[in-house]
This record gives sequence, structure tokens and C-alpha cells, in this order.
Amino acid sequence: MAEVRYEAASRLYPGSEIPAVNELNLDITDGELLVLVGPSGSGKSTALRMLAGLETVTSGSVHINDVDVTLKPPQDRDIAMVFQNYALYPSMTVAENMGFALKQAKVPKEKRNELVREAARILDLEPYLDRKPKNLSGGQRQRVAMGRAIVREPQVFLMDEPLSNLDAKLRVQTRTELADLQARLGVTTVYVTHDQVEAMTMGDRVAVLKDGKLQQVDRPRTLYSRPANRFVAGFIGSPAMNLVEVDRQKGGFSLGGVDVPLNDETTAAVAAASGSSMTVGVRPEHLALGSSGLAGKVTVVEELGSESYVHVSVSHQGSDEVLVVRSGGETDIERGDTVHIGFNGPMHVFGTDGERLGS
Amino acid sequence: MAIFTRAPKAEPILGQNRLVANLLGLLTWFIGLLFFFPLFWLVLNGFKEESVANASPTLIFDPTLDRFREVTEANAGLLSFAEAFGNSFWIVLISTIFVMILAVPAAYALAIRPMRKWRDVLFFFISTKFLPIVGIIMPIWIIARDLNLLGTRTVLVVLYTAMNLPLAVWMLRSFFAEVPKELIEAAQIDGCSLLGQLRQVILPIVAPGLAATALLCVIFAWNEFFFAIQLNPTGASTIPVWVNSQQKFQGQFLAGLSAASVLATLPVVVAGWAAQKRMIRGLAMGAIK
Repeated sequence: MAEVRYEAASRLYPGSEIPAVNELNLDITDGELLVLVGPSGSGKSTALRMLAGLETVTSGSVHINDVDVTLKPPQDRDIAMVFQNYALYPSMTVAENMGFALKQAKVPKEKRNELVREAARILDLEPYLDRKPKNLSGGQRQRVAMGRAIVREPQVFLMDEPLSNLDAKLRVQTRTELADLQARLGVTTVYVTHDQVEAMTMGDRVAVLKDGKLQQVDRPRTLYSRPANRFVAGFIGSPAMNLVEVDRQKGGFSLGGVDVPLNDETTAAVAAASGSSMTVGVRPEHLALGSSGLAGKVTVVEELGSESYVHVSVSHQGSDEVLVVRSGGETDIERGDTVHIGFNGPMHVFGTDGERLGS
Repeated sequence: MAIFTRAPKAEPILGQNRLVANLLGLLTWFIGLLFFFPLFWLVLNGFKEESVANASPTLIFDPTLDRFREVTEANAGLLSFAEAFGNSFWIVLISTIFVMILAVPAAYALAIRPMRKWRDVLFFFISTKFLPIVGIIMPIWIIARDLNLLGTRTVLVVLYTAMNLPLAVWMLRSFFAEVPKELIEAAQIDGCSLLGQLRQVILPIVAPGLAATALLCVIFAWNEFFFAIQLNPTGASTIPVWVNSQQKFQGQFLAGLSAASVLATLPVVVAGWAAQKRMIRGLAMGAIK
């Protein structure tokens, strides 16, 4: 059982000015599934590889179970990693692949076979133990890669976009299986993905990275309801939060001439903050189409069956802004209709620096 | 040696004139046979009597194995076929083993853990092949003489190792470079030592490349003539020198020389044919990618 800690860990690639990972501080508790999420180039994979020992830590340190592993080679860290392309040894059978680490650790053959069979049973791989990786489907290969990690019973699982090579349907199915497996095994896991849906559905906690900097780390629900800054607000949630630049007026904001309702705490925070232009954010489900409110023209209707997303172009501060509104399924709204939007949920306000204001 | 392999019947390319396609096919066959003909004639001559071989060319004659018998018979005081074959065999084998032992770690370093300026290093390796050997034979000869290595098999083992090493490093590097980085990382995480990674993970993947590289070294060493005739023209020499010695200063020797040439070519042809698939894949992988 293990805890993982990054202490101001940075990675500066030679010849680069900006660190790929910039003073990352992160505590991962025992048995937790922590997801590192961010757009490409955010440093999430680098951060994972620093924990694996595959990437040099330029400054700061990385700890597993209060042991400083910053300078330890990968084999001395008691970790197992699942790679995006699975990295199965092509010349070995499934059983040999899964037992490879145990063989290196000089586990006796009997014991090794037993552990491999046990892992194969958990992952439904028993019929394939004698096959070579090239004779397996993508999903089976992915499970072998998982199997190779779990037979070792490591301190920490590291997963680098393990589902991104699966097709969409299998990915959704494997996602839940994987989260379930992790919970049953109770092994601390660090999981890297660029897919915010994967992050939200799998993570006990989610760490959002951008440009090598940690933006926010919290439970998925908190990340969604209280994004710490403008970037997180726009990154988490699908469809994305509506974010509109607004000029500050006495006591609040108006969006297309309609006052934006703010709670007392936010109002106070906005009053205390400096800067004239701020960003107001509102999620599509916190807008409602009605008979009164902000008027606009429908540009697109995305019909998903159980619900629909209506894109409405509204006039705001002299230019057109498109707001996405969640509406019920089987809507009869059509492109070109004039509609009215009302606010019926929490509003988020981000200051000039992009940081969240108020609760 | 892919002349006799059966190719799938070519589909005409859409829009291509069938007549033009057939004519092109015919032309290709003609050029191919034109290139093959000298070798064919050489083999044929080996089975002729000297008088027939030296007369006007004919396809109709009584084949005989006498020339093969003659050239392989030992002549007192001269390099015999058996000796030359044995020398070639050992020199080629040992030099190729040396080349592989030295080239594998070098290629590993250049492909998988490259240092700064690795391209310059690679260029240095191949640049040693730019020198015309005839221009450096004198210092080599003097060094060999001073080390008492003239006329020994050792000098050829050393030189053939040096001769093939740059090529082997160059070729193997491109095979090693194709090994996915993640596999090596996975092996590291699985607790595999450096030697273990090489032995258990990398070498099985690059095995076809190793085979192709080794075969090429074998062929080049087997065929080498210049070093052999300059540094070791006598009893410890190799097959190419033996073939050369079948030229006689009087009388007819065309059929005998042909028979000797066929004997010299045969091992390479057999080895090449046996390794054909791997080698072609190897050459393509190594050279193009």
C-alpha cells in the first residue's frame, strides 16, 4: 500500500526554456485513483514518467511511501506501468509477458504460473495464455498489458492513456471495468488521459494540468461545480461551459443587457477584485429557454434523444456570442427561431487573471 | 537469386494499354536474361572439355565433371581447394562473429541511448569505407609485416572485421531504432537489467536484422580478394585467391577456371538463397527506413 507525493517536481528538457512540468505539488493517498488530465503538451505524461523513473526530475522530488525515489531507477520503485501502445513483448506469449517481471524478480516457476493464472482469470485471459500478442485483438492486448501490471502486485499502477487505442464502445466498457478492478485491488493508481470524460468518470480525484502547471486537483464533482479558474471551467464538462467576457458595471454584470444574477459572496468578491473586464461562466444546464429573458437566434440544434443542445447567438457588448443551452429531448425548436434565455443555476465569475471569484 | 520464385500474376494497372504492358514485360525478361547469361555460360563452361570451352560457343556438348575433379585435386606446393575452403570458412566465420559482437553494443548505443552528436559518430563509421583500399594497402602491409602477420589467417580476420564493422553498425542501428521505446521502458520497469533487456527483449525483435547483417558480412568477407592477394597470397589464403591461381600460363584453362568460379560462388548462392526472405526484408528495413 502506498502514498505518492510530488514535491515541487519539475522537468526541464534540455534546450527548452519552459519546463514541461513546473513545480508540481501533489499528494496521492493510499488506494486512490488519481487522474492527470490536460490537453496535449500539458505535461501530464511527463509527470507520470517522472514517477516511473523514465524521466529525469530536474528539480524537486518524488516520493513513494515517504521514500525519496527521485534518483532511483524504474526497477527499484516497485511500480507497474500500462503504456498507451501496451508495449507487449512480441516474441513472448501472453503468459510469458505477464510473468516477465516475476521472472526478473526470480520468483519460482510454480509460484509464477499460479500468479499469472490468477491474473488471467480476473481479466478473462485464460484461453489466450499461449498466444503471441500479434494474435490478439486490441481489447485483449489491452487486458494483457493490465495483467502484466497486476501480477506484480506493485505499490503503484501507472497508466498512460491505456484506453486510447480502443474503439469508442469498448473504451466506455473497459473504463468502468478498469475503475472497478482498481477499486477491488486497492492499489494506488495514477492515470493519465486527455479525455475529460474518462477523467471525470474514473478518478477518485482529478488533477488538471496546463502548460506544465497544476491548475486544480479535486474530486470530479467539485471540479465541475467549482472550477478554480477559467481554464478548468472550459476544460471540464461536455459540452463546455459558456464563458463570456463582460465589462464590469456598478454592482454586477449584464449579459446582452440582462443582469447576471450573482450570490452575495460572489458579488462581494467581484467588488473586492480589480480589473474592468471579467469572465462570466454558466453551464448549458443552468440556462433555460423560456418566454422572457435574453433574446437570441438559434444557430444549431444538437438533438441527442434524451436531451438537446441549442446554440443561440445573442448580441452582447456589440458583438455576437453563442451560448449553448441544454434543453429537453424531442424539442421542436429549429434553426432560425428566436428564443429567450433565462438563468436558472449558479454563475461562475473569473477575474482578469482567470482565477475564480467567490464561491 | 529470386529468379525462380513464382510471382503472383500482375494485374494490369487501370488505363494501361495491355499491349504496352506485355511488351514491357517481355523487355524486362529480356534484360533479366541478358544479365543472367554470363553466369549461365560460366556454369555451362565448367562442365565442358577445355577444347570445347575454347571453341566457338555451343549449347550441345557432353557434360563432364572432370574439370571440377581437376581443380579440386591437391597440387603439391600450391594452395589446394580444400585448404582454401577451410581458410575461407574459418576466416569468414571468426571475422563475422567478431563483427557482430562489436557491432551489437555499438548499434544499441547509437540507436537506443544516443549521446550528443551521434550522427557525427555514425558518419565517422561509414566514412572509413570511403578510403580507397588500394591507397592504404602499403601502411597496412608494413604493419602486418612488422607484426609478423603476413601470410597468416589472423591478418585477414582482423582486416575483414574492420572492413565489415562500419556496415554492420550502420545496418544494425537502423534495426535497433525500430524497436519501440516503450518496450525497453516496460522491460526496465519490469526489473530487467541492461543485458537482460538486450538479450530478452531487443534481440528477439531484431533477429531478422541480425541475420541479414551477418549474411552480408559473410558474403563480403567470402568475396574479398584484394587484401587476401596482397597480404596472404600463399598457403593460408582464401577461395578467391585459389580461383585466381587456376589461371595457367600455358595451355587452355577456361573450363577449369569456370569450374573453380562456380565452386567459389556456390556457398554464397546457397547461403543467400536460404536466407533470401529474411535478407530482403532486412535490406529493405535497414536501407530504406
